[in-house]
Amino acid sequence: MLGADAIARCLLEEKVKVIFGYPGVAICPFFNSMLAVDIDRVLVRTEQNAAHMASGYARISGNVGVCVATSGPGATNLITGIATAYADSIPLVCITGQVDSRQLGSDMFQEADITGAVESFVKYSYLVKNAEDIPRIMKEAFHIASTGRKGPVLIDVPIDVQNKPISRFSYPAEVNLRTYKPTVKGHAVQIKKVIKAISKASRPIICVGGGVHLSGASKEVCDFAHKYGIPVVSTLMGISVMSTNDPLYFGMVGNNGKSYANRAMNEADLIIMIGARVADRAISQPDLITENKVLIHIDVDPAEIGKNVGPHIPLVGDIKAIFEDMSGHELECNCNEWVELLNEYKSDAPVRKAPRDNYVDPAVFIGLLSDKLEDDAIYVADVGQNQMWSCGYHIVKKGRFLTSGGMGTMGYSIPAAIGARAADGKRQIVAVCGDGSFQMSMMELATMQQHKLPVKIIVFNNGYLGLVREYQYNTYKAHYSVVDLTGSPDLKKLSEAYDVPFYRLKDMKEASSVLDDFLKDSGPGLMEVMIDPMDTVK
Amino acid sequence: MKRLYSVLVENRSGVLMKVAGLFSRRMFNIDSLAVGETDDPNVSCITIVSSGEKGTLEQIEKQLNKKIDVIKIKTFSEEESISRELILVKVKYNKNTRKEIMEICEILGASIVDMSKTLLTIQLCDTPERTALLIQMLASISIVEVARTGVLALQKCNLSD
Repeated sequence: MLGADAIARCLLEEKVKVIFGYPGVAICPFFNSMLAVDIDRVLVRTEQNAAHMASGYARISGNVGVCVATSGPGATNLITGIATAYADSIPLVCITGQVDSRQLGSDMFQEADITGAVESFVKYSYLVKNAEDIPRIMKEAFHIASTGRKGPVLIDVPIDVQNKPISRFSYPAEVNLRTYKPTVKGHAVQIKKVIKAISKASRPIICVGGGVHLSGASKEVCDFAHKYGIPVVSTLMGISVMSTNDPLYFGMVGNNGKSYANRAMNEADLIIMIGARVADRAISQPDLITENKVLIHIDVDPAEIGKNVGPHIPLVGDIKAIFEDMSGHELECNCNEWVELLNEYKSDAPVRKAPRDNYVDPAVFIGLLSDKLEDDAIYVADVGQNQMWSCGYHIVKKGRFLTSGGMGTMGYSIPAAIGARAADGKRQIVAVCGDGSFQMSMMELATMQQHKLPVKIIVFNNGYLGLVREYQYNTYKAHYSVVDLTGSPDLKKLSEAYDVPFYRLKDMKEASSVLDDFLKDSGPGLMEVMIDPMDTVK
Repeated sequence: MKRLYSVLVENRSGVLMKVAGLFSRRMFNIDSLAVGETDDPNVSCITIVSSGEKGTLEQIEKQLNKKIDVIKIKTFSEEESISRELILVKVKYNKNTRKEIMEICEILGASIVDMSKTLLTIQLCDTPERTALLIQMLASISIVEVARTGVLALQKCNLSD
């Protein structure tokens, strides 16, 4: 058995079903060994999207996503995808080929110090020097990626290590890392304090972040909110923890969120922050959320607590484990009046200004799309105005909402949707992007077709990098600079070239029937939606 | 506010880069940094002196704790620590200044470890304040170059230990 065979065997041991990658000479021994194992291999069209696909896969399957690239440019192309996963704490194992270990450091052809380059975007990284270490390293990598605060782990394997015979293969049953023992169970004393604080509050609010999804605790958190009637708001990454039309749900917070969600946070006397970072886009003035109120911060990562805001009651641990513990406590909470008040705020909220005639109103369109999607559909929003409209107007029932939150990486939606498809062959999956973000990953239409991983893609076409145009309108008095997308391809011709059924929506008149057509089957589809170039988020 | 971090790490290649990279990425200050093996050859000790607001100093410890190669962190204020720094100072001398230099060395307990007809190398191992004082005293005489280890520190022994 060679080192490369050992890596493939380890992937089997970890029950990996699919890998996303792009070969090159330095990773060829590995791809050769993959022929002998029953794991799907998806050939992407650029390495960054291998990481995004692995991310979409991980978020829907709940397992670690695996992406593979060769040395040098292959590895460096992965970096944006790795950084995107790191910012949203998505568990990935990224395997890169490397030049011969005896030549490392001599600037060989396609040599790049990838472990050095990704240092600030990974939870951990390995440069494998001895093939005998492969089983231990692989075991540790999957463990580190998928426990505690999840995140990407990179394993760089020189070609000679891949080609080296190993004496015997034995996959360790356990990891033995003396320095890595993430806290799972919440401290009993802190849990009691939390219960007591909630009992005392008259205007409590739960703010859920992406950590709730990552812990698989959506049900536990929603059950808790329902049991005591506590209203819930979410960050961008926390969307779809609770159904959007739940009577206790009051929308997304932040500068692109709902006015009533922000009012709820401001007027609450107790905030229960769960799996959220208190990052700048969600909470623009962290000191305000501790003024005249009690802040409880629940997170698996102790470093997040107190980083942006000092909570009154910190609670470190796995959210699911904590809420299982909390359900054993009795507590009283009567916040009917508070919920009523929030409902008033909700009905008073300003309505979005309709765009000019002869264009599709993205808010109305997304509302209609939500109606037509199956209850458990997966909706992947890209980055830009399309993302803000999506998080503002998409009604999540029992489905999932995915997007690149922390990094805001354009081009995320199509590869992430394809990765989600690889994880779930049955649910409806729709990727919603703008004409800018579409062109950042449209090459993956080929991947989608080649590997029969169909997704429905909706492109909001306004001929601009809309969110930046809007920013330049507001900040630079409409002096537009490098935001005009003239020269974009004809999407009808493009979809013909990729053999993907095409739909175009010019206004709302036929929206319903066109959407019905678009969503009627489980095959791929591309829909171009014409948006007023001057349309804005709010 | 100054704080000392005595960070025990796995003695592997790249660990220093990971720790130093963390400081630069998160805009934490490094006032001084010293690395060496401990009694266990698998474990190195990185001694870092940093300064910043209370929240920053707390974040440094938490972020260091997240690093998988970090085994243990001990953190203490200057008052709670025994800290030492070794410095070597090369100075130019002549008949007029030689005596003064020797007096300074005598007062501060520094020793002259090398010399030529025009140059002297002075060694001092002492607290950071006193090593700084030596440099200050010699500065007016003409320092040629200085090498220093950075501060090494251990927590003070507790009388009840």
